[in-house]
Amino acid sequence: MADISADFLGIKSPNPFWLASAPPTDKKVNVLRAFEAGWGGVVWKTLGSQIKNVSSRYSSVDYHGSRMMGFNNIELISDRPLDLNLKEIRECVRLFPDRAMIVSLMADNNRESWHELIKQVEDTGAHGLELNFGCPHGMTERGMGAAVGQDPEIARMVVEWVMEAATIPVITKLTPNVHSVVPTGRAAVQAGSDALSLINTIQSVTGVNLDTFVPNPNVGGQSTFGGYCGPAVKPIALKMLTTISQDPVTSRVPVSGIGGITTWKDAVEFMLLGATTLQVCTAAMKYGFRIIEDMCEGLNNWMDEKGFKTINDFIGKSVPTLTHWEELDINYHIVANINQEKCIHCGLCYISCEDGSHQAINLSYGNPYNTYAIKEDECVGCNLCKLVCPVDNCITMVEQRKGPEYLNWKEFQRRGLPLNDH
Amino acid sequence: MAVRNNRLSAEEYERQFSDIHPPFETHDAALVEANRCLYCYDAPCTKSCPTSINVPKFIKQITTENLKGAAHTILTANIMGGGCSKVCPVEKLCEGACVYNLMEEEPIHIARLQRYATERAIAEKWPLFTRKPSTGKRVAVVGAGPSGLSCAHVLAAEGIDVTVYEKESKGGGLMTYGIAAYKVTPEFCEAEVNFITSIGGIDIQYNKELGKDITIDQLLSAYDAVYLAFGVGLTRQLAIPGEELHGVTDAISFIYDIRNSGYPSVPVGDKVAVIGMGMTAIDAATQARRLGASEVTLVYRRTQQEMPCTEAELDIAKLDGCKIIWLAAPKEIKGENGQVTALVCEVMKLEDPGYGRPAPVPTGETFSLYVDMVIKATGQMPYERMVNCYALDNTQGKLSINNSHTSKPGVFAGGDCVNGGKEVVDAVQAGKDGAKAILQYLFKD
Repeated sequence: MADISADFLGIKSPNPFWLASAPPTDKKVNVLRAFEAGWGGVVWKTLGSQIKNVSSRYSSVDYHGSRMMGFNNIELISDRPLDLNLKEIRECVRLFPDRAMIVSLMADNNRESWHELIKQVEDTGAHGLELNFGCPHGMTERGMGAAVGQDPEIARMVVEWVMEAATIPVITKLTPNVHSVVPTGRAAVQAGSDALSLINTIQSVTGVNLDTFVPNPNVGGQSTFGGYCGPAVKPIALKMLTTISQDPVTSRVPVSGIGGITTWKDAVEFMLLGATTLQVCTAAMKYGFRIIEDMCEGLNNWMDEKGFKTINDFIGKSVPTLTHWEELDINYHIVANINQEKCIHCGLCYISCEDGSHQAINLSYGNPYNTYAIKEDECVGCNLCKLVCPVDNCITMVEQRKGPEYLNWKEFQRRGLPLNDH
Repeated sequence: MAVRNNRLSAEEYERQFSDIHPPFETHDAALVEANRCLYCYDAPCTKSCPTSINVPKFIKQITTENLKGAAHTILTANIMGGGCSKVCPVEKLCEGACVYNLMEEEPIHIARLQRYATERAIAEKWPLFTRKPSTGKRVAVVGAGPSGLSCAHVLAAEGIDVTVYEKESKGGGLMTYGIAAYKVTPEFCEAEVNFITSIGGIDIQYNKELGKDITIDQLLSAYDAVYLAFGVGLTRQLAIPGEELHGVTDAISFIYDIRNSGYPSVPVGDKVAVIGMGMTAIDAATQARRLGASEVTLVYRRTQQEMPCTEAELDIAKLDGCKIIWLAAPKEIKGENGQVTALVCEVMKLEDPGYGRPAPVPTGETFSLYVDMVIKATGQMPYERMVNCYALDNTQGKLSINNSHTSKPGVFAGGDCVNGGKEVVDAVQAGKDGAKAILQYLFKD
């Protein structure tokens, strides 16, 4: 059995899975249920000046019969009294001392408000603070949330205020609603933030109701941009995480990864690209806290299979393999191969290649089953046929190098090698 | 023991003849199934449909909530796509070809989805088709079955004025009169015929029989072309002693009575033998059971390997408690006081004649089934005498055609009267082919 416990700036949790700051972590009853289910930690829903929420609040994107492939919300920070939140945080820490208790904060934009809030939260016994510089809706109109995270200099200033008061570890949560998360990440680290977390939600419109003509979610005939999350945003989160892991400044601090994590496999991918802990929200909102069981068991079994004793053995392992396009080996060449034994003759590889790629699959007519074969000379090794094939391992990509040595684009150009002639 | 009607209560009849393949109850339920579809290219299901319904397209349209589009996709290819979704032997057509079969995975329930997409269109008479302005050309169609109606619909859409002559008092042909009631109801058949004629330009003259009320020559003089779709007729005789006894009936008239007169009034034996193993034999056997027969035995002179019905149909019969005796040929029907008492059968064995399918050969051994009713489902015979009367080229009564054209100029034909009896879906395609040929003939200049 591998050891899946996490140590994040000294904040220990029995597993690296935390619940992200959101409705599942906004009160004691939820959080206790989450801890009972086995979650390693929580980031308590953002505290600040008490606000009022609207109804409705969520909307989603369904895909091919599956609900909530993407999810968005227009809910603001906690709308409960601060004192009540603080009292419940204290009780949760007392009842589950082995779990990580991070509290998300979004104070009004002045030093005193931040100092006061931090002092009150530290009094609860919480283990860490997460600065919400990411919330993309509502709070931004008041100069908070993403409005802070989108401007590195404002972020730097606020982190400095925080670091003046904080005695427990501080995590700065980054907004993805920027061309790059690195500038704000750097500013936060340079201002003393102990760690980073990303991504927050992405500004979005999930869809428009074709009967009412009002976009989702509908609040009395109007809508507003919501924060997008769920499985749909994972690829964007992984890319942003990688840029943080590769930057010489931001890579100095540990990262808590967020963005569409639904299974242990998603979690491992975030860890391979540099995350130490993982934060989950949409999946728990959809299925409930019970999903933690397979997340832990799956991670454990995978680590055993790969021979990893602790999570530190593989965190960041895939980061060096992500490089610039011009470093890629042009001599590396693969061609598709269709296993005729496994083929079910659906024709999806053929039509995708014919209409969408490089016309490299031959169709031999049959009634009712056509036969499909790769034209190896035409195949550029794009993977499309393999991606659309509904049968696992029916289409495989076989390596057929164009030359023995590593040859990248810069070298290719330097030598004046010939480009395609058709 | 006797042949009698009114064996069950009204509730029992209702239960026995309820829909064997219930529709999807909700859009969500249909979506779960529709979303399983892989959307194959040059799809095997479409290629296995005699009318070439674009199955992946209509299923995709269900998933996009374009139900009107789905219905249009189906009905453009097959105007009886609603009925076919209930009666087609899909396990040997579209569903049998579904690529999921090659993955050892349950095929897409194409028929059920097709029913989902067409049922509302038919019930609510969605105006999916528009008739072109009248061309002034007139065509007579003989027979308001699947072939005749399919031909009439295509012609009417092209602006031809069509008159359909039907010997029965309802349209739909074998769909209405020759298929088990638990597959398709009389109400649905009527709605389907009304949907087809709702395009306009189709006038059905009921109770008008070819050879009795009208002749081909009369039609030829009054119309620009004639399409013959009168199907097949009488059940093949067994030519064995006792065939005239009371209690011997043929499957077509037995099913016709069930469809035409209502369940309680149809007489059925207590112990019934059904001769044959085609779809009609199954429909007769299962319905005899459902009407209250305590014992039904299907007798077939070959084996399960050679049976004409599908495995799915055989399963329905077995689940209804019908017994099956393979390799048994009827030899004699015995009776007392003019009433059937037993069916004597000869045990057969199969021999390879060196060509075609194995031939059943008598072993000399016999046995008796003590029954009070014998239903013959040994296939129907073409109207050989009638077509000879009209001097139409034929093979044993089956009309000979060349691109739907019979040997008589201006007279076209298709469906069972040409092929001797196939599926509804084959007849629909024949009607489309016939209409195309007629349009070429009418507008050849």
